[in-house]
Amino acid sequence: MQKYFHSVMLEKENCKGCTNCIKHCPTEAIRVREGQARIIEQLCIDCGECIRRCPNHAKLAITDTLDRLNDYKYTIALPAPSFYAQFGPGVMPHHVLGVLMELGFDHFYEVAVGAEAVSAYLRRYLNQSQRPRPLISSACPAVVRTMQVRFPGLLENIVPIETPMEVSARIAREEAMEKHGLKDEEIGVFFITPCPAKVTAIKQPFGERSYVDGAISMSSIYGEVLNRLNSTGSNLKSTLSPVQGVGWGKTGGENHAIKDHSLLAVDGIHNVINVLEEIERGGLYDIDYIEAQACTGGCIGGPLVPQNPFVSRVRMESLLKELGTRGEQELNVPSEDQFYRLSETILPRPTLKLSDDVNQAIQMLEEVERIYADLPGLDCGSCGSPHCRALAEDIVRGSAETSFCVFKLRDKLQQLAREIVDLSHMQPPAMGRVANGSKEDAKKDEFME
Amino acid sequence: MEMTFDVKSMDFKRAGEAAGKIKKALQLVGMEIDTVRRAVIVAYEAEMNIVIHARQGTLTAKVHPDRLEIEANDEGPGIPDIDLAFQEGYSTAPEHVREMGFGAGMGLPNIKRFSDDLEIESKIDVGTQLKTIIYNQTSGE
Repeated sequence: MQKYFHSVMLEKENCKGCTNCIKHCPTEAIRVREGQARIIEQLCIDCGECIRRCPNHAKLAITDTLDRLNDYKYTIALPAPSFYAQFGPGVMPHHVLGVLMELGFDHFYEVAVGAEAVSAYLRRYLNQSQRPRPLISSACPAVVRTMQVRFPGLLENIVPIETPMEVSARIAREEAMEKHGLKDEEIGVFFITPCPAKVTAIKQPFGERSYVDGAISMSSIYGEVLNRLNSTGSNLKSTLSPVQGVGWGKTGGENHAIKDHSLLAVDGIHNVINVLEEIERGGLYDIDYIEAQACTGGCIGGPLVPQNPFVSRVRMESLLKELGTRGEQELNVPSEDQFYRLSETILPRPTLKLSDDVNQAIQMLEEVERIYADLPGLDCGSCGSPHCRALAEDIVRGSAETSFCVFKLRDKLQQLAREIVDLSHMQPPAMGRVANGSKEDAKKDEFME
Repeated sequence: MEMTFDVKSMDFKRAGEAAGKIKKALQLVGMEIDTVRRAVIVAYEAEMNIVIHARQGTLTAKVHPDRLEIEANDEGPGIPDIDLAFQEGYSTAPEHVREMGFGAGMGLPNIKRFSDDLEIESKIDVGTQLKTIIYNQTSGE
């Protein structure tokens, strides 16, 4: 199995071995074994759902610190649109971006600009006649990876379009090279990320390469940005911050930017899975395009954002209203379609099969059914697998035992206890004589005396 | 390997459950992506036919290394004109079912389109037996 980079990690010291995370993992990628959560690498999609669920903060995302800016001659900050919604009323993008520059970046490029450009290309793409229905957005990497693992048959429905993050990074990088005569490797582009899924998308891109060099978690720099916003303020006058591009930070923003066509927006990974199941059954062919985001509320609901998503939604809405009063601005982004096309085909990650040999796999599946039928079916998760069926599969795969089930264990103990009681009533022939032993006498007759 | 599921009439809430379980089983077996894709559609449409039209029935999936057989047996009104039922858009689904977005007359045509082999027998006021085969090939439809 090819080594796969994961942003989501387990902090062993903090994990108590509770089973909160295993129940909510959309790809059933976590097991608790020997008192610790274990992430099954091939299944993990880095959505960060477990980070949100863990009461002991034992799940974390690997992101970069500002120290990494020192590795590059010239650094560019790429703030996700959702970042703008993390602050109090009246804080505008130019305030936030000004502060980001003070933190040590040489330049910035708003992902909102990339999102605006991608929206324009999406509109052109949706007008083509030959395409599967419904098309599915490629913007949320956790959704794309869910599909690689669980819905490989729908991968052809994903629009072959680069994400706003990649588009923005490439534009910013190429501009810096041209303007300052810098070499590619001298430039460090850092995404200010709301989620671990994007971190993985940078280290392990869907396209040929990522134009981003690192990701800084919104939460990790939030305090410092907030402090500086309050004290020094910003020296930037204004920014592009195109309204539709900024809107991509919340649910429905992407569809709002596309405007026409029959559009569906779904958020929250379990809701997304329900919609994908419906498409798989042959449904939703009347829909042209589906905006699907793993986090409830969209990117403002990401596992690495500091603000409550319902608060940031209000902030986002009032910000959009404010930005909407400004006139159209020239964005100066590439117009050729090729620039926005995803360079590689998104391949499936078929990791669910029990065996490479079909005959053996069928036998193993029969075994799964047998074991499952015998389990209590309470899906309590005490065994460390997310539900009884998963335990049956784990047993057949050889990574668990029936005795992991507390109910089966209790049955076994009861049986054992009964046997011990039965055994205690038996007596070896050399011991004890029963007083009124008519039976004993009868038995004796079997022997020659 | 054989799995059988009971399907109830007008139980729209649970419709699709059997198809979902069959999909999971096929993924565990490691069937080709296209086989799984077609199987889900065939199983779901067969399941929905029972939900919409029959009194009750069963959906059965027989998994072989080279193919999958999906069978639907129901007790119900039967199909008066089978040729007509295979025409796209022809539907006898009641109005309230159509208002829910089901019964668009694509059930049997889709089953035919996504399966490799199909047999159907129906008796009026007794029920319908549907047998389909999907071969596990990489080449597709």
